[in-house]
Amino acid sequence: MSDWEPKIVSFFCNWCTYGAADLAGVSRLEHPTNTRVIRVPCSGRISPKFILAALRKGADGVWVSGCHPGDCHYIEGNYYARRKFALMKNLLEHMGIEPGRVQFSWISSAESTKYVTVINEVVSKIKALGPRKNFIKSKN
Amino acid sequence: MIGYMDKIKEISERILKEGKVDIIVGFRKGSLPMMNEPCVVKKAEDVKNLVWDSNCGINLVNYLTNRKEKIGIIAKGCDTRNIVTHIVENKIKKEQLFIIGVPCTGMIDKNKVASKVDSEIIEVTENENTIKVKTKTNEIELNKTDLLQENCSICVHRNPVVYDELVAELIEEPKDIDRYASVKAVESMSAEEKWNYFEDLISTCIRCYACRNACPLCYCPTCFVDESRPQWVGKGQDKSDIRTFHFLRAFHCAGRCTDCGSCERACPMGIKVRDFTKKLEKDCVELFGWEAGMTLKERPPLDEFKLNDPEDFIY
Repeated sequence: MSDWEPKIVSFFCNWCTYGAADLAGVSRLEHPTNTRVIRVPCSGRISPKFILAALRKGADGVWVSGCHPGDCHYIEGNYYARRKFALMKNLLEHMGIEPGRVQFSWISSAESTKYVTVINEVVSKIKALGPRKNFIKSKN
Repeated sequence: MIGYMDKIKEISERILKEGKVDIIVGFRKGSLPMMNEPCVVKKAEDVKNLVWDSNCGINLVNYLTNRKEKIGIIAKGCDTRNIVTHIVENKIKKEQLFIIGVPCTGMIDKNKVASKVDSEIIEVTENENTIKVKTKTNEIELNKTDLLQENCSICVHRNPVVYDELVAELIEEPKDIDRYASVKAVESMSAEEKWNYFEDLISTCIRCYACRNACPLCYCPTCFVDESRPQWVGKGQDKSDIRTFHFLRAFHCAGRCTDCGSCERACPMGIKVRDFTKKLEKDCVELFGWEAGMTLKERPPLDEFKLNDPEDFIY
């Protein structure tokens, strides 16, 4: 298991974190390659169904990132998202998903350095938890 | 509560005759002991069929969704909170309703009664504080407070929140009750213990969706379990599907659940499905200072936000 690398499904807001990831890339900032990015129009678009689907398909972690509060392209999408995430994260952890499997962040499109810091943090946390064992849908 | 019956009939008959309502939604006696069934009364002469005792745990608000006629409804504390939720969510208009408010002293858990006797229950008669259970072999008298549904034993909103007429004086709300003891017990476990606790809890689930059907909050035209493109939840008995169902069912009730206990009461397998919703209820109180159905003036918590909402879990 020494060469095991976590697979992390990332939901990035089109207007900010997706841009930050892009900027980190074109700026040649070195960062881990464990994420599989899904671009969404807004962090408010994220439904708990998406996160559960990622986990059930076997993702080792899920990372949701959007614009800073107050900077939402749709004015207030991320404010609603913030409440949704708070309840969802707590309920996930309440029913036994380890804390840290599902992560959230606010990264603006200019913050490529924050992007690199956070992705390192996210990956190392999920690495420390090891591969996921429960809540994976068995293949028939 | 058994004494409310005459008053309920009197009010129902009067408002039907006066034409204030077209129908009354209430309970009538079921074919089995402790199984009152919901009924709709359309004529004043049928009012005599209505009953009220400690077996009226089903949430009648389930029958109000999208109705167009004028309705009289007999509602306990939790039911009126669901009526408020329904009004806030535009599922019914306040003007359509005549709410017959019932100050409630708790509903009986029929499984608890069954566990006290060892043969089939033939008849149950209720007094103010006790119930008499008759089986084939003997007859015993039990204390009602020992037999309450779990949600009723920790209820602090027994009185109706909104009503047009009360059937009795408002009662004193219980104090010094730890409503979230069951949630705290799970919270103190490790992640693995939590996982196993819920695995055990839902191990007998047969996916009958009785909990969903009994719930007044579940009125989506297409339920997420029936969606097929994409299919978020598989239809089989895969453990991850069962857990996804329970997770999402609870999450849909976030900030709306009044802990009326209909889901748990409806479950044929005796699963404590409230363990999921109770956590969300606790979080809504702690994070957003919100209790469902207490006011007509505020929007539910996931339909609004504050600039300083908690976000210590976000990078």
